[in-house]
Amino acid sequence: MTSPLINYTLHLADNALILGHRNSEWTGHGPVLEQDIAISNIALDLIGQARNFYQYAAQLINRSTNQPNTATEDTVAYLRDAHDFKNCLLVEQTNGDWAKTILKQFYFSAYQFYLFQRLRDSKDETLAAIAEKSLKEVTYHLRWSSEWAIRLGDGTEESHARMTNAVDDLWMFAGEMFVAADYEIACANKGEAVDVVLLKSDWLQKVKAIFNEATLPVPQHSWMQSGGKEGRHTEHLGYILAEMQFMQRAYPGSTW
Amino acid sequence: MQAFDEGKIFLDKISREIKIEPQDWMPEQYRKTLIRQMSQHAHSEIVGMLPEGNWITRAPSLKRKAILIAKVQDEAGHGLYLYSAAETLNITREEMIGQLHAGKAKYSSIFNYPTLTWADIGAIGWLVDGAAIMNQVPLCRCSYGPYARAMIRICKEESFHQRQGFDILFTLSNGTGAQKKMAQDAINRWWWPSIMMFGPNDDASPHTKQSMDWKIKRFTNDELRQKFIDVCAEQVKVLRLTLPDEKLKWNDERKHYDFGDIDWEEFRNVVNGNGPCNKERMDARIRAHKEGEWVREAAAAHAEKIKLRQQKAVA
Repeated sequence: MTSPLINYTLHLADNALILGHRNSEWTGHGPVLEQDIAISNIALDLIGQARNFYQYAAQLINRSTNQPNTATEDTVAYLRDAHDFKNCLLVEQTNGDWAKTILKQFYFSAYQFYLFQRLRDSKDETLAAIAEKSLKEVTYHLRWSSEWAIRLGDGTEESHARMTNAVDDLWMFAGEMFVAADYEIACANKGEAVDVVLLKSDWLQKVKAIFNEATLPVPQHSWMQSGGKEGRHTEHLGYILAEMQFMQRAYPGSTW
Repeated sequence: MQAFDEGKIFLDKISREIKIEPQDWMPEQYRKTLIRQMSQHAHSEIVGMLPEGNWITRAPSLKRKAILIAKVQDEAGHGLYLYSAAETLNITREEMIGQLHAGKAKYSSIFNYPTLTWADIGAIGWLVDGAAIMNQVPLCRCSYGPYARAMIRICKEESFHQRQGFDILFTLSNGTGAQKKMAQDAINRWWWPSIMMFGPNDDASPHTKQSMDWKIKRFTNDELRQKFIDVCAEQVKVLRLTLPDEKLKWNDERKHYDFGDIDWEEFRNVVNGNGPCNKERMDARIRAHKEGEWVREAAAAHAEKIKLRQQKAVA
């Protein structure tokens, strides 16, 4: 029931779901009403993307096991354990303050922006179509998070210090996005996936440009955490899943 | 002399159903009543995000999660229009929020009850949003233009919210035994607080008469409450669940449902701060506001820097 394409699709879905879930933790608690709405909106976009990818993954799984309707978007999202989740470590990190949330979103949106630009040309038509549709949203996410990164970096002394902290906290989780997992390599070889190594320079250039405007330093250390894409996560993911999956686990087989 | 004429023009407009607009003369008491009502309404939208937000991270399916986020986000949007509409009466959003946090302005007491299970999200949609719609539809014809116009859009979204709430309960009531139990339990807890949302009985409601004369209000509290009970008593049959009121019974003479006594002692207590979640709700709002302070300051500081740089560039 696993193929590189299934794993790759799940990886794309898990990234979107986990960050969407994290963003939705802000709903009702944002720093100002307009931004509460904005971050909730991004959460919604990401969960929407996740649903598209999960529905496709469920289709592929059902086809491979020859058991129609066994897997659904909900079974794959709610009934897999942490070691089967393939999201990058970056997206599962805690929200922290608004600076950390913004920076996490900015790193990820910049990555998704370059990724989906290329994924539009995937030989897999469904992935290409989801990328095309999502790119419009991601373009907005990138603009929004870039503007906030600049605003906070170049705002007050306090906001600058908080952004600097966030940069330090999150940098070691950024590298993983550009190191391909086995399933990414296998799918890229078939023209279905994007070779993520190719995204790195565009991403770095974007980060440097925004950091420059935000008067933030680009970290020099290069040691990066990894493992998320292969199911080796930080401690945070377990708590996210415990909360997110609670209903499906407590009341198995129910319709909601 | 002039004030007399202005007063006459004002009343004449009210009687001819011409909307009062921000630049028009209005009695001070009319302005105050509207500020009180509109800010209370805006605060209710914002505080109301908390009990439902409580289930976003635990929503039982991806579809329900997306719908719930969209719904809570709508409430934030409603708060935003209402604050903006109230600002036309010469008060700022900051002042209104300050009054809320200082305990000087109220919000709907219903949000001081906890959301204990997923079914509560259904019950809030069906009953709380349902009661809110009963109250709010007549406000689309309120004499104050900006409020009336804001309410038109809000009511459209609220009726969608109510349907999604009913749909949650309908799904639960057709589900497993545990799901039906969850749904009934939620209705049992939310029913009485929901019918209290219409406010005290007419003979104990000091503002009603003046508000009706000014066409801010179109129906009395008791009229709206009766209408709501009549509707719910029928809808609950579709759910094959019950409302927790033994005295609820169709009265063929009145052509309305009779219902049991409301515990006004509980209502007064919750309004006055003794509800199960009053403190938690206010603490959460104050915390969000305080923790957001540096963000708002940074945004303002950055905007100022940009302005200065542009001025420099021009010079």
